[in-house]
This record gives sequence, structure tokens and C-alpha cells, in this order.
Amino acid sequence: MSMTELASDSTARGARTRRRDHDGILPWLAAPALVFFVGFAAIPLVGVFVLSFTTWDGIGAIVPSGLDSWRSVLTDPGLPHSLLVTFLVMVVSWAVQTPSSILLGTFLAGYQRYRAVLSVVYFVPLLLSSAAIAIAYKALLDPNFGLGAGLGIGFLSQDWLGRPALAFGLVIFVVSWQFIPFHALIYQGGVRQIPRSLYEAAQLDGAGRVRQFFTITLPQLKYTVITSSTLMVVGSLTFFDLIFVLTAGGPGDATRVLALDMYKRGFQANLMGPASAIAVILVLVGLALALLLRRLGGRDASQSQLEGA
Amino acid sequence: MAASVPLSLALASCGTSGPGASSGATYWFLNGQPQEGIRTGAVDRFNQANPNEKITPTTFQNDAYKTKIKTAIGAGQAPTIIWGWGGGTLRSYVKAGQVEDLTSWFDQNSKIKDRLFPSAFRAATVDGKIYALPCETVQPIIMYYNKKVFDSVGARPPQTWGEVMDLVPKLNAKGIAPFSLGGQSRWTNMMWLEFLFDRIGGPEVFQAVFDGQQDAWSNPAAIDALTKVQDLVRADGFIKGFSSITADSNADQALLYTGKAAMMLHGSWSYGIQQSQGGDFVSSGSLGFMNFPAVDGGKGDPSDTVGNPAQYLSISSKATDEQKKIAKDFFAKGVLDDEEIKQWIGSGGVPAVKGTQDLLAKDKNADFLKFTYDIANNAKVFAQSWDQALSPTAAETLLDNIAKLFQLSITPQQFATNLNAVIGQ
Repeated sequence: MSMTELASDSTARGARTRRRDHDGILPWLAAPALVFFVGFAAIPLVGVFVLSFTTWDGIGAIVPSGLDSWRSVLTDPGLPHSLLVTFLVMVVSWAVQTPSSILLGTFLAGYQRYRAVLSVVYFVPLLLSSAAIAIAYKALLDPNFGLGAGLGIGFLSQDWLGRPALAFGLVIFVVSWQFIPFHALIYQGGVRQIPRSLYEAAQLDGAGRVRQFFTITLPQLKYTVITSSTLMVVGSLTFFDLIFVLTAGGPGDATRVLALDMYKRGFQANLMGPASAIAVILVLVGLALALLLRRLGGRDASQSQLEGA
Repeated sequence: MAASVPLSLALASCGTSGPGASSGATYWFLNGQPQEGIRTGAVDRFNQANPNEKITPTTFQNDAYKTKIKTAIGAGQAPTIIWGWGGGTLRSYVKAGQVEDLTSWFDQNSKIKDRLFPSAFRAATVDGKIYALPCETVQPIIMYYNKKVFDSVGARPPQTWGEVMDLVPKLNAKGIAPFSLGGQSRWTNMMWLEFLFDRIGGPEVFQAVFDGQQDAWSNPAAIDALTKVQDLVRADGFIKGFSSITADSNADQALLYTGKAAMMLHGSWSYGIQQSQGGDFVSSGSLGFMNFPAVDGGKGDPSDTVGNPAQYLSISSKATDEQKKIAKDFFAKGVLDDEEIKQWIGSGGVPAVKGTQDLLAKDKNADFLKFTYDIANNAKVFAQSWDQALSPTAAETLLDNIAKLFQLSITPQQFATNLNAVIGQ
């Protein structure tokens, strides 16, 4: 047995004992999160799954009814419509928010003082509750007593919440107004992590600002884009409070997303079975989207982007 | 062990403060003045007069209450006294065995039954048994109009549907919206259909829906009424952007008292709101009121009305015997006592009690109060609002389709087909 063998053996043993220490602590560190996850996510999920095979009006007894709820939900023409609206909200709000957030985040990543001030100002919408934002916009856009009528600006006196296309556009606008600051913050952090040496090298090679943005900043932000997009896409499945207060799903059912459809069936129409079936569909769609986005980001998320840097 | 003591104490105190506890009865109702103060006042007077019986009130905002009370009853956490609108929602409580049958109590206390409007008991009755005490005020739906607007246009309020349709282009030409409407709230649109169905086909048309007859919505009178409403929408009869307006914000009523709209179909409770928010609009006598116009050749009686025949109090079957006794004592001695009657009248409401004409005539709003009393008293049929009369499931489908009908995104035939599908649910 040579000295080197001994040394390597002892380091290996040291590493093993250290790992055993971690093994002892780690599960306990995860415990609080696990308790909350099981208590507030996993158990209700099982409950909802079971409820989707029953008939219940929320007041009387719960009666098992097999596939009745699923049959009524899946044959209802309202379901494809809600799915379509949900999907449109997801795609359009992603397409609006992502470019604006990246540009704003890149801009705010600079260390100039005025940008620091601006980033605080931009953050304000995120501090307001969705219900408050919805009520404020509703009052501002009232066709008879709102901003347009008050200031005499004809363009603003539209029937904002009364026409399907306008109401949909308004939902996208308010959602973006509320969440762009959050995603800009994520991108700001992402941009600040890019090594300065990359930009210095590019400058030496004569690359301008636009070229630097497209060949360095954007590719380096790949994983930030995936994180932010996952949050946006999965988050848009649960848009409820804002739409509920702003349009109540109207006019007609023009902005009735899946989450709203679930609430209306469950708590307004007293159909807990079909509402639970929609909840299960929501979970499945969310799960599928999250997995898909992870796939898009490549199999190994910890793979280095800095090779050759 | 020491650590677990405070925890169990905390749990125990949760138990006693929540509903279902044995120390006194609980009572949930709606907030918002002036009604909230009148309700709380009745409870306070009862508590003072009966030191051994305590009722603890809790108040909720209207839409939040509708969801909260359902959830609480379903979870076995209902208050002792359940405030509501009767009709289909009460029926769903009865079916689940959640409220007390009060039929024999009313038999023993016939004086209480006899002093209330008989028409108020229909929405409290399920399968021949009474499950709720009618209380508070009778609220018919009324056609309000702005007299100043009519003077400036040189027209008189329409007496028939033909006159309505003639008046619409005249008012629009002057830049005044014929009718104000808070269309996003949906039940506001529903009131139009309630009256048109009745005026065109009589009360039987909706009764057939209520009784669960097959294809009842396809009745020619129903199709005619649905078509007439869409004609009015197409003729710009309602204010521009009505789908963006909610009734909760009272913006629809503001349109009437600011003269931007000439008329508005709304509940009798709107009078008090216009009085408190419309400046001197009501006190200067500019607010006019009448029953819904007749439809030429229609079968319905023009004296018929719709609305809330009363509000309703039920007793939770899950309450303890002591709580039920307190609730019944409150029903007998506290509800609609002389003071409460006086306060409802002062707020512009007509209590659901017989023989208040003298009190009504002395009030500053005597004209309106007499008008409301006469409508309620003379109506051949006082129908309950559809969304309250039907089950919550059918009501949601109804309101949904009404919104689409007013959007012109479905035809009257599609409306009938969609609703025929949920008849009897």
C-alpha cells in the first residue's frame, strides 16, 4: 500500500462521512416544505380527484356517480372554448411579456444610479393586489364616468369590457402591466451574472451593442428565459382574481379561462363534481407544460454555458 | 406535555367561538348601510330585552355572502339564523336537510303568519312546508325615469312596448340613452326578460320552466320576448357600453340621475341609493316611477310584477336546541318589531307587513312608498326573481345565456335550446 493510496483512501472516507452527515440533515431541512406541500397541495389534489367521480352540490351528501361529471364536462362545448381562451391568454401574454421583460431587465442591469431608481419604480405594480388593480382599471375605463369621459379623450371611451376582442386585449394588457416588473427583475439578475469578460472580448472584436445583445446576452439568458417562461405559462393557468374582478369572464364567455370556469361551476352553479374534473384537467395541463418547457431547455440544466470563456 | 397544554386550550377556544357552540345563537346577514344598521338594531334590542338569550351577528358583503353561506352550510358550520332570498337556494338547503321545518311553529303562532304579506310565503315554501320566516321589505322591480329629461325632449313616459320602441330613436337623436343598464351584473338584464315574458305570455310561461316542463323555453311567447329584447339592443335602446357597467358600483343609477339616460329598470331598493347619492334629484321630485309598460296584444296582466317578495330567515337544523329556541324567540319578538318597521320605512322600503299604510303616508317619501305598497298589494302575480326561484345550477346557466343574448352572440332559438337542456336541474 503506497502513500498515495492511503491518502486517497482517507479522503474518500472523509467524503463519505461528510455525505452521511448531509444525509442526516437534508431530509429534515426539506420537512417543513414537504409538510406544507402534502397538506395544502397533495391531499387536496387527491380529494379533488375523488370528488370528480361524485355528484355534490356543496351542501348535501356526496354521492358517487362514476364518470357522470367527466362525461358532462368533456361533452360541454364550454370546455374547448375555455381551453382555447386559456391557451390564448397564455401564448399572447407570454409573447407580450417576454420581449418587454428581457429588454427592461437588460436595461435595468446597468449599474447607473438612475436605473436603480427606475427599477424601484417599475416594481410598484407587483406590490398591488390583483383585485385592487382590476377595480382601479375598471373605474378608469368606465365608458361613462372613466378617464375617457372625464378628460374628453374619445379614444379611451370604448366599450372596453363589453366587446370580446377589447376585453381580451385589456386582460392581456393588465396582466402584462402587473407581471412585467417581476420578470424584468429575474432578467436583471440573469444579465448581471454574465461575465464582463465576454463583453470585453466582444468589444475588442468590434461588436456593437446590438450585436452584443444578440450574440452574448440573449444566448446567456437561455435558462433565465426558461425559468421565467415556466413561471409565466404555468402562472397564466391560474389567472383568476384579476379576470374575475375585471370582466367576470365576460362579455358572455369571451374571457372565461379554465380557472374561472371551474369556480363558476363549483361555487356559483353548485356543481362540485364537474368543477373538480376541470381542476384535474388544469393540473394535468400545468404539469404537461412544465415538463415540456424543461425538455425544451435541454436534458441537463446544469450544463455549463461558459465553455471557452 | 407542557407545550401541548396551550395548544389544546387554543383549539378549545376556537371551538367555542365558532358557530355551533352552545353560548347563544349566531346570525349572518349582509352589510351596507342603511340596511345593516337596521338589522343590527333589531338584534341589539332583542339582546337587551332578553338578557339570557344572546344573538351574535356577523355581516358580509353581498356577493361574498352568497358563496360563504353555501360553503359554511356544506361544512356543517352554518350560523343558527340563515339570512337569504328563499326560492331555489332555500330548496337546495331543504333537500340537504340543513334547515328546520317551521310549518308547525307557524301553526302555533298564527298571529305572526297573519301579519305578513301572504304573497311573501310562496318563496319560503318547499313542497307544501314552510322553511323560512319572511322578513324585511318587499322589493318589486320598478321602471324609474328622469322627469327633467322627458320635459326637455317633450315626451311622456311610455305606456306600451310600441311607445318604448318609438321613443328610442327620439332620445338617441338628442344624445340621451333611452335606458341605463348595468349589464355586467347579468341579473340586471334578466329583469327585462322577466317582465317581457309576463307581459307577452302571462305568468304561465315561466311557471312551466319552474315546474320542469320539457322545452318550456321554446314557448312562442318566450321566443317573442327574447326577440323583442334583442330588437331593443339593436335599436341602441340601452346605454352605449352597458356590458362594461356593473350594478354594484351604482354607475347605472348615476346615469339616470345625471340625465345621461332617460329610464332605468331596477329594484325598489334603488330609490334609497338615488336619494343618498343623487344630490337633490329625488328631493326635487325629478325621479319618476311606474310599472313596466304593457305589451300590445300580450296576455299578461299589466299589474303583475316581479322582484323579491321579502327576505327570508331560516334556522339551521345543525344548531343546538337552545340556539333554535333563541332563534324562534327572535322570530316571534325581534323580527319586524315596531322600531324596525319604522326604520325600514325611513330608508324608503315597504316592510313585508300588512296595514302599514298610515305609517307610509306620514313619511317624507310617501309617494314612492304608497306606489310600492300598491304594486305589491295589487299585483295579480308577484313573481320571484328567476335567479332566486331556480336552483343555483339552472340560475347560473340562465344568467350566462342572458349575457350572451344581450351581446347578440346567440339567437333567441339558441337561448331556448341551451336553457331547455337544464330544465328541472
